[in-house]
Amino acid sequence: MSVIYLLISISILVAIGFFIAFIRAVKTGQYDDDYTPSVRMLFDDEIIQSKVEKSKVENSTTL
Amino acid sequence: MDTQNCFHCGLDIVKTEEIIFDEKEFCCNGCKTVYEIFSLNDMTCYYDFEKSPGATPLDINGKFDFLDNESIVSKLLEFQEDTTAIVSLNIPHIHCSSCIWILENLQRLQKGISTSQVNFPEKKVRISYNPEIVSLKTIVYLLSSIGYEPYISLENYETGKNNVDRSLTYKLGIAFFCFGNIMLLSFPEYFEVKEFWLDQYRGFFRWLIFALSLPSFFYSASGYYVSAYKSIKSKMLNIDIPIALGIVIFFIRSTFDIVMDYGSGFFDSLTGLIFFMLLGKMFQIKTYSFLSFERDFKSYFPIAITRINLDTSEESVPVYDVQKGDRLLIRNQELIPVDGILISEKAEIDYSFVTGEAIPITKKSGDKVFAGGKQIGKVIEMDVLHSVSQSYLTQLWSNDVFQKNVEQKYKSITDKISHYFTPILLLIAFSGFGYWIFIDANIAFNVFTAVLIVACPCALALTAPFTFGNILRILGKRKFYLKNALVIEQLAKVDTIVFDKTGTITTNKKSNISYAGKVLSEENVLMVKNVLRASNHPLSRMLYDFLPEMKRLKLDDLEEITGKGIRAIIGDKSIKIGSAEFCSLSISVSSPTTPGSIGEGNTAVHININEDYYGKYVFNNQYREGLEELFKNLSENYQIKVLSGDNEGERTHLSTILPKGTELIFNQKPEQKLEFIKKLQEQGKNVMMVGDGLNDAGALAQSNVGISISENVNVFSPACDAILDASEFQKLNSFLKLSKNAITTIKMSFALSLLYNLVGLSFAITGNLLPLVAAIIMPLSTITIVSFVTLMSNYYANNK
Repeated sequence: MSVIYLLISISILVAIGFFIAFIRAVKTGQYDDDYTPSVRMLFDDEIIQSKVEKSKVENSTTL
Repeated sequence: MDTQNCFHCGLDIVKTEEIIFDEKEFCCNGCKTVYEIFSLNDMTCYYDFEKSPGATPLDINGKFDFLDNESIVSKLLEFQEDTTAIVSLNIPHIHCSSCIWILENLQRLQKGISTSQVNFPEKKVRISYNPEIVSLKTIVYLLSSIGYEPYISLENYETGKNNVDRSLTYKLGIAFFCFGNIMLLSFPEYFEVKEFWLDQYRGFFRWLIFALSLPSFFYSASGYYVSAYKSIKSKMLNIDIPIALGIVIFFIRSTFDIVMDYGSGFFDSLTGLIFFMLLGKMFQIKTYSFLSFERDFKSYFPIAITRINLDTSEESVPVYDVQKGDRLLIRNQELIPVDGILISEKAEIDYSFVTGEAIPITKKSGDKVFAGGKQIGKVIEMDVLHSVSQSYLTQLWSNDVFQKNVEQKYKSITDKISHYFTPILLLIAFSGFGYWIFIDANIAFNVFTAVLIVACPCALALTAPFTFGNILRILGKRKFYLKNALVIEQLAKVDTIVFDKTGTITTNKKSNISYAGKVLSEENVLMVKNVLRASNHPLSRMLYDFLPEMKRLKLDDLEEITGKGIRAIIGDKSIKIGSAEFCSLSISVSSPTTPGSIGEGNTAVHININEDYYGKYVFNNQYREGLEELFKNLSENYQIKVLSGDNEGERTHLSTILPKGTELIFNQKPEQKLEFIKKLQEQGKNVMMVGDGLNDAGALAQSNVGISISENVNVFSPACDAILDASEFQKLNSFLKLSKNAITTIKMSFALSLLYNLVGLSFAITGNLLPLVAAIIMPLSTITIVSFVTLMSNYYANNK
């Protein structure tokens, strides 16, 4: 049953892994602004769409 | 469907000025140009996220010339290297998702910009660019040309890198990590049955739990030890003493338990407690990062000014480098940063920052001009008398009241309760100990520690943060922004309210204009309107907006004489608009030089057509909507006083509007206002000051609660405790009521948490506190308290 030592140690190690990831995230300022990213992530689609438009414009006019 | 809204900025379009471009309607050329820029760069999905998100770009000719000066630019930059530079710009217009999108795609509009990132809550954009390809000035001009003019003031100077304090986030994260893992590892002990395997590994689990509790105990809770130590040192019993005591006893007792193998200890409750209390702290810190409550003159002043050198060359210099004897060039709409003497023949200076008075004052050559005024009209020259730090306006900030620290000045409600709580708690603990010591020393020790553990006032400590945090949010949504939670307590205690007049109970936006004199025919009004169109004088603009919309006429000749008025010729008619003297009104010469003469305390603009005096437009003070009702409601519970820097012209009018017993005091200088508040406080009054301009800054700082009324919360407000959006002025009474209800909520929940403490104590004093009981009581009390205060404060907020 000493496998429980192993299992608990692994679970703690995994937890510590996530904990380090959290500390890193705070350090790089990801928690400083918790509003803008929520809006930003919705933009990707629009940029692709406008790129399509751009190619259309380039075809029709000689820009 | 007479009016349509501009596709870009959403304002009503005046039919005659409508511009149709690309099948879309625009209100002006500026908006159209922005649309053109975007459509040329295929960025029209700017308009997809939000309907008409834009702002009309303003004319910024010469305004940012100082960005040519290398040393000023380098002060603004966060980071600078050969090919990379990073700058953070404050853009007040940021307000929607379209703004974020366009500002984060700047690199498509301008070569040399590599990335840009918006911080929405702070209304800032951080741009990294290549200074070899593009200059900061070009970027600022680009931003301005698409309607996002950055706000650069003296405050940005020497900012450098500001360190963000993230320690609370770290502490909270660590506390949660410890709490979660300890909870998991504690489970076997909760359901302890005499099972062989569980017994076998008990030691392992316990020591692991102990190890996990260390970071939480030593790091996350460290703030409480420091605060408790400080409060003992200053001999004030605050709530952190029983908390710190509880935590320490918790830890010692638990460690003792597992070392002696008495039990599993209370590490689960301990870490849970620390986590919840930090969560409460986090909840209370609601910051309006885009607002600044500590504003002083620096946020108003320009960062650089144009100096005229001896060889008549012009140069942009940082305002701190301006010295006595320098000659400065002040352009239209520029702020005068230092006291000086006017050299140019005439100037129109708008002191609305300083006095709240919107009507500009005319100065003649040789007159003294004071820092804080804004030049309107032509370019002027002036000689410097004092450097920035010695100017009259900046001297005001050296007054002691600006050094006040609210947190030390007032005791919070929690601290007041803990003043009684701590001694009583210690008394119970010791008497329990004293009782049991004669029976069993072991139990006595257990009881003593259990009392301190259970009574650890976590619910008590959580009540105020969660209530105030919630109220701060509710008020923020209603455009009443408080500096911090303490302001709510102060608001609830207020018994006297002092209002400033100009700009606070009157509005600068709309003026109530009435006409007196010979009847003007429609044709004449048409002429007046068209002449006014050409003038930039604030009075002209106000009158122009007041007159009904009409068709345009061609002006044959127009001359604007500074300090007097406008002379124009339309067809065969000549027209003069301006001061009484200018319009050859010889009957009553009241004040000869001011643009609109002051008669009976009111400003007026006179009309003369074909050398025939017609009459005058009188500008009355326009009081804010709902003022009368607000004052009526307020006067039931508060003493109201009105202070004004103006003359007594409005006294009779005001006293008819305001409820009886309202004290009106006129001709008050900024220092006198401050003294007035001080005197009221010496009489034992809790004074709330409501003001706007910098002239109220002293009084706002001196009062118990200083509220600044602001037409545009993003830009101008003096240092204060709270900022109220001017459009919500009439709701002031309901805000005050809400703050009182918040205190009631807190008192109720204090009673509730004391009840919990009694239950816990009855377990503790009889020596029956098991880890499981503690693990249930602690979170249960926390959750009920938090939900109770949240529900109550929301209930009061909806009820008003």
